Amino acid sequence: MTTNDLLTVIATIVLGPLVGGLLFGIDRKLTARLQGRYGPPIVQPFYDFIKLWSKSRIVANQSQMMYVYGYLLFTITALCLLALRQDLLIIIFVLAFGGVSLIMGAFSVKSPYSNIGAQREILQMVAYEPVLMLAAVAIYLQTGSFMVSDIFKLQQPLLFSLPLVFVALLIILTIKMRKSPFDISASAHAHQEIVRGVYTEYSGPYLALIELTHWYELLLVLGIIGLFWATSVWAAAALAIAAFLLEIVVDNIEARMTWPWMIKFVWTTGIGLSVVNIAALYLIR
Amino acid sequence: MGLVDTARIKSPWILHYDCGSCNGCDIEILACLTPLYDVERFGIVNVGNPKHADVLVVTGPANRRNQRVLRNLYEQMPEPKAVIAVGTCACTGGVFHNCYNVLGGVDKVIPVNVYVPGCAAKPEAIIDGVVKALALFAPSNGKEAAK
Repeated sequence: MTTNDLLTVIATIVLGPLVGGLLFGIDRKLTARLQGRYGPPIVQPFYDFIKLWSKSRIVANQSQMMYVYGYLLFTITALCLLALRQDLLIIIFVLAFGGVSLIMGAFSVKSPYSNIGAQREILQMVAYEPVLMLAAVAIYLQTGSFMVSDIFKLQQPLLFSLPLVFVALLIILTIKMRKSPFDISASAHAHQEIVRGVYTEYSGPYLALIELTHWYELLLVLGIIGLFWATSVWAAAALAIAAFLLEIVVDNIEARMTWPWMIKFVWTTGIGLSVVNIAALYLIR
Repeated sequence: MGLVDTARIKSPWILHYDCGSCNGCDIEILACLTPLYDVERFGIVNVGNPKHADVLVVTGPANRRNQRVLRNLYEQMPEPKAVIAVGTCACTGGVFHNCYNVLGGVDKVIPVNVYVPGCAAKPEAIIDGVVKALALFAPSNGKEAAK
């Protein structure tokens, strides 16, 4: 590990939350404007974070705490691996470990709300993991390796050869950002349904850590989206921001759907688009 | 005023509990969330979970059936927290004050920081009440004002 790599990791860990938090703030502001409201200031997520961090610590049990740290550390690890341009498969696996930590934390308490939320979170993972895998396979077919660094060596953006996989990943971005129509496990934007699902038993500093993890997670998923125009870092960032803005519009024009609909939609449309794209790569070759 | 106090004032999450109000005050509270008043511009979010809430907004008179639930909700909220009684019923029991099942105002069960009278309380008055409750989170007039 060179000094340069170490600096990349430190920059990711320190700057990640700043960028992620600001993106969440922009999200809330834009959502408010789309709904004809004035909206909170863009730095609102940071106020929420500091307030939650300063509240008294109440935990239902010890393991619940550990799972929050697991969720945070696995997600940071996945983001750092992406920043270091490491193996795409490992990034997806580590991200899945983070998701499983959140689910285990929600299952470790007796609250039925938390348990329903955890089961819905599992269904979300069941829905999106195959599509992420197929995206990795499709990228492998183009670059000949799973390494993110090889994607940056391509002359032509992946978006031109994998447009359908990109659309499938946009659907996954909606699930990971907990946006309508897939906002089912945590009611991140409904606030009251199943009393916030997986987060029911988390309060104060632990809820703050979960918020922090969401900031890292958003950056990670946007980073994977950005890989589709990785001819330069700026082009990748522009593509990621365009996808982010699209998600906000989709969130505001879509109704929230049920989990059976989500599974059907992602498994047919998401997997279907990816498979058709991969088949086309074989046919054209 | 430090960063923590600023953050607390800028981000009050509200839990709304209806003790058996006629729904007049509840509708006024929900009116605060609509685009006309849009309390989210002050960082105020209506949450459904006491463990996430900072401010408990209670409408309706406390009675023998709901006092246990009310106390339970209050105890589940992490410190620091504030309680706002919205509407005449929540303040004193209102027109129900002599009923056999009614204990009276919400303050008979849990400590109340701010009273917002009115039947029903206006959205402007409710927002004003929340702002007064937020002043309790600032250290200058913190604990004393709470008493």
